[in-house]
Amino acid sequence: MPTQPETPFLESGFRRRDRSVQPRLLWPEYKSTLNRAPTQSLIPLSPTLSEITGPTFSPQDIHLIDRDLLQNARIDRDPLGERTLLTGRVIDQDGTPLCATRIEIWQANAAGRYQHVSDNYQAPLDPNFSGYGCCLTDESGNYEFLTIRPGPYPFANGANTWRPSHVHFSIFGPAFATRLVTQMYFEGDPLIRDCPMLGSIPDRSAQSRLVAAFDMERSRPFDCLAYRFDLVLRGPKQTHFENRPDGL
Amino acid sequence: MSKDPLHHETSSQTVGPFVHIGLYPAVSGIVARSRTYGNQLATTHAYGQRIRVEGQIIDGNGETVRDALLEFWQADGHGRYAHPADPQAESADVGLSGFGRSVTNPDTGTWTLESIKPGAVTDLSQQPMAPHINLALFARGLNIHLHSRIYFDDEVEANALDPVLQHCVPAPRRQTLIARRQETTQDPCVYRFDMVLQGKNETVFFDL
Repeated sequence: MPTQPETPFLESGFRRRDRSVQPRLLWPEYKSTLNRAPTQSLIPLSPTLSEITGPTFSPQDIHLIDRDLLQNARIDRDPLGERTLLTGRVIDQDGTPLCATRIEIWQANAAGRYQHVSDNYQAPLDPNFSGYGCCLTDESGNYEFLTIRPGPYPFANGANTWRPSHVHFSIFGPAFATRLVTQMYFEGDPLIRDCPMLGSIPDRSAQSRLVAAFDMERSRPFDCLAYRFDLVLRGPKQTHFENRPDGL
Repeated sequence: MSKDPLHHETSSQTVGPFVHIGLYPAVSGIVARSRTYGNQLATTHAYGQRIRVEGQIIDGNGETVRDALLEFWQADGHGRYAHPADPQAESADVGLSGFGRSVTNPDTGTWTLESIKPGAVTDLSQQPMAPHINLALFARGLNIHLHSRIYFDDEVEANALDPVLQHCVPAPRRQTLIARRQETTQDPCVYRFDMVLQGKNETVFFDL
């Protein structure tokens, strides 16, 4: 492996991605990684103008119904399942709220079945539920989805492997470099312990940050229970002025 | 001055095989009322040479990946990004979306992108970069998405001066980032960009 010369770009952009909180690409317990994880090291690249830019989003592009998965595919009745409110806040590593950034979610229905041609699990589809949701964060970085709690389901990995209940979250942030897709799990789910996908993250506290906390205070009486899931995207690189006297 | 400790970035998880529901809903028969993003980036008003890029993704067994999703981010025909970090953002071409998505066909494994060829981008360090499309690859079995770039084989001079190709990527691997123009008289002109996930000719992926 040749040594890489210093990248010639300005030290602008974003903090380097901390790979200790990111999953390993090759993780044999999750069998699909065996044939798909690159075998060569990723090549370091200081973000250039191409990566510190990215798509921007307008509220006009979002229909408010897409934050309500009980309504956005409804034909003649509410979808079956446990009415669930998912809330949270999106910040960067410095704690700055990320407003007007696009969040897309997808999930199985209450029986653990996806509305997808490739899902052949025997559990039934729900004609009133698609599992698709979309919103923009508000001016404080907050988001909210109303949905049903997805069911667990088996998947082809080991002799008897099951996915814990989870919701997929896709989030953009301010640049192509901050792009992130993850999964949110539910506090107290006994399947979390043995999940090979969660296990691909080396740091246990990083794993636990993907588990949404049950939030009784936000639950709505006679309506729905609530879970809280906060997200953190890469922060901008800081310029260090510590050695300068104030005012200069 | 007291400093709050940094927050950790949220960990990634794979998009899994049902990614289309959330990121390309039409494939799942879902009619999304919010805007969705497809593989047509340019309107007929966009400035630049019309191009079509297509390719397949090959796994470690030599098989085509049929459940992947790709995201593209590119500059307009003059090399300007429609984003506030670009000093030229205000004059960026409104006929180009800049961002798009494509999915590999479940039968053939081929993905396609229709756009205009981006112009050379001048980085904030004032260095010109050869025309390129930024790419993020998501799929079952990828615990975190992979970043790559698509360059063009008919930009020989610009590629030879491109700081990323020349300074970051070892010479024997550079060709994995270069799309090959196909022999065709069609308009738009067609480029082929296959990606290899493992082994010989493994595509370069970046740690941004």
